[in-house]
Amino acid sequence: MVTQAYAQEAELPADDHGTEAAGAADAMHVEEGVHADPTADTHATTEAHGDEAHSDVFPPFDPATFPSQLLWLAISFGALYILMSKLALPRIGGILENRKTLIDADLAAADADRQKTDAAIAAYEAALAEAKAKAQGIANQNREAIQADLASKRSAAEADLSSKVSAAEARIAQTKAEALTHVDEIAAETAQAVVGQLVGDVPADSVRAAVAKVKG
Amino acid sequence: MAGTDPIHQFVITDIFELFTLGGDGTEGSGTTFAFTNSALFMVLTVATIAGFLLLSTSGKKLIPTRAQLTAELLYEFVAGMVRSSAGTAGMKFFPLVFSLFTFILFANMFGMVPYFFTVTSHIIVTFALSMLVFITVIVYGFVKNGPKFLKLFVPAGVPGYILPIVTPIEVISFLSRPISLSVRLFGNILAGHITLKVFTGFAVMMIAALGAFGWAAAILPILMAIALTGLEFLVGAVQAYVFAVLTCMYLNDAIHPSH
Repeated sequence: MVTQAYAQEAELPADDHGTEAAGAADAMHVEEGVHADPTADTHATTEAHGDEAHSDVFPPFDPATFPSQLLWLAISFGALYILMSKLALPRIGGILENRKTLIDADLAAADADRQKTDAAIAAYEAALAEAKAKAQGIANQNREAIQADLASKRSAAEADLSSKVSAAEARIAQTKAEALTHVDEIAAETAQAVVGQLVGDVPADSVRAAVAKVKG
Repeated sequence: MAGTDPIHQFVITDIFELFTLGGDGTEGSGTTFAFTNSALFMVLTVATIAGFLLLSTSGKKLIPTRAQLTAELLYEFVAGMVRSSAGTAGMKFFPLVFSLFTFILFANMFGMVPYFFTVTSHIIVTFALSMLVFITVIVYGFVKNGPKFLKLFVPAGVPGYILPIVTPIEVISFLSRPISLSVRLFGNILAGHITLKVFTGFAVMMIAALGAFGWAAAILPILMAIALTGLEFLVGAVQAYVFAVLTCMYLNDAIHPSH
């Protein structure tokens, strides 16, 4: 395809030098295609015209164009390398570095602030816990005082009550004992009366003795 | 007028002649250097890259403008490529890789503009660039590692009796690097541009030969050419990337020769 197309091109007399170059090109094309042998003859024609438009070789493989291309590649790429390594890249690198240090500094400052906040929160929580403990202590103290007061009052009341109970019991016992002493008298009188009714008069002493005997 | 010839776009024409080295003073003898259309686009490529990078970063803004951000992204992209393939020690070659990548990328993109010349469609240019890499690798490899650089051809952990087979293979693969590197770029760009021209040429020929019916039929090759244009933009970018990545990997061999 390349060869065909190229032959076509070569036959086209496009500019003033075309006819001559094309003539030479035609002759070459019969025997060889893309890699047409750049013989000295063809070469000379090419260079003399300074226009490779119709030279015999596939343009990218035309050695006649190599020196100029290499020269300008060296100039342009060399210039690019120098501009990049001396100017553009250090500048962009500097911008990026500068931004990075700034962001790092900001992050560090933010971190410091955060730590400060954390410390403040911790201090607040410690104070809160302390206050809570103090409040609990006061509450406990009050409760204990109230309980002690309550207990003492209750024990006082209990002691009072039990003393009253024991006094009442003593009185009851006394009354009972008193009553029991009267029982003998009543029994003697009753017995005297009963015996008096049945037998007649008996001395009170003997009745009392009899009652004591029965009771005994 | 080039017509539908797909090769015409690669023809190098002199814009003005500079000087002649050697020869006997007669017409056609010696080596003539000239400012050609290729040279014009090399200079344009370099001027565009340098102009863009220097103008966009001239503000040195902390919060970048769009253009500055693009320049920074380009920088970080290539820097990341060098760092990941060749390590931090490879960063001394960062300007080289960056220049290669941007030069090839911008040259390829310039080549996609109609009537513009594609610098990278000439084997001598791609070969010169790949030889630059190759020679840099060899020179730096020997300067930094001395004879240890030859360990590159003797992979570690390979049993001695296989070495007579492996070492020649390694040497051949090393020597073929500049060829594969240059032919890959050259071939991709050349073939892509020829294909584009052939398909658009079909359209022109159909219209010329078939008249009204030709206009209708020409839609097909035009659609193909549109799709191929998109593909060629991709190929242009990918080939620049591939060239840069392989450069990094070859430089990595020079920095750390034992595999």
